[in-house]
Amino acid sequence: MSADTEATDGEDDALQARVAELEARLAELEAGTATDGSKMTIVATKGTFDMAYPPLILASTAAAFGWDVVVFHTFWGLDILHEEKSSDLKLSAVGNPNMPVPNALAALPGMDRVATAMMEKRIDDNGTATVEELIEVSVDQGVELQACQMTIDLLDYDEDDFYDEVTVGVGAATALQHMAESDVQLLV
Amino acid sequence: MSAEYDTATTLDVKGASCPMPVVKTKAAVDDLAEGEVLEVLATDAGSVSDIDGWAAATDGVRLLEQVEGDDVFKHYVEKTA
Repeated sequence: MSADTEATDGEDDALQARVAELEARLAELEAGTATDGSKMTIVATKGTFDMAYPPLILASTAAAFGWDVVVFHTFWGLDILHEEKSSDLKLSAVGNPNMPVPNALAALPGMDRVATAMMEKRIDDNGTATVEELIEVSVDQGVELQACQMTIDLLDYDEDDFYDEVTVGVGAATALQHMAESDVQLLV
Repeated sequence: MSAEYDTATTLDVKGASCPMPVVKTKAAVDDLAEGEVLEVLATDAGSVSDIDGWAAATDGVRLLEQVEGDDVFKHYVEKTA
C-alpha cells in the first residue's frame, strides 16, 4: 500500500509541475499580444492640409500604445512643423477628382482657400482634431518630431521657424538608423 | 445592460474622433493607480474597435467591458500594472 501511495504522490507532483509550467507558458503567450516597446518611423513628405493628418494620427496613436515613435519631416512635410505654416496648411481640389469641384474651376485664383475652408469645416463638424492639437498630443506622448536639415536649407527655412520641440540638424542617416530598428516604417 | 464598476475617473471624449479617444484614454490611464478603473464616454463609432485594439496591444491595461448605448459608447478600462 505504501508503495502505491508514494507512486500517486509522485504523479501528483509531476502533474502539478506540468500545470505550473503550462500556466507560465499561457501567461507568456498572453503577454505576447502586447506591442509595448515597438518602434515606428514615419517619413512625412507632404504638406497639404489633408496629408498632414495621417502621419500625426498614426504617430500619436502609436505613442499611446507605448511605442517609440519618430516622424521624420522632409520637403513639404516640414510645413507641418512650421510654427506659422502649420495652422495655415492648404488643400487643392486641382487633380483631386474626388472633390466636388471641376479642375477648370478649382484652378482659379482663391479656390485653394475655398477647398481648404470646406475641409476645415468638415473636420470641425466631425470633431476631428486640428493639426496643432495633434502635434501637441504627439509631443506630450513622447513622439520625436524631426525636421530634415537638408530640406530646411533647400526651402530656405530657418531652424527657429519650427516648434520648440522639433529636432533639427538631422538627415537621412538619422532617419535610416531609427528605421532599421523599427517594427513599422511608413512613407507618407 | 449597464456595467457596474467602481470607476475612479470618467473621461468624456464625446464629440471627439480618431485618434483622440484612444490618445486621451491612454493619458487618463497613466494617471490611475494600479487596480483602478477608468470609464470612457465616446460618441466615435470607431472607438469600440480602437480601444479594444489599443488595450490588447498595450501592457498594464485590461478592457473590462464596452457598452453600446443609443448614442454613447462606454468603455471600462482597468489599469493592471
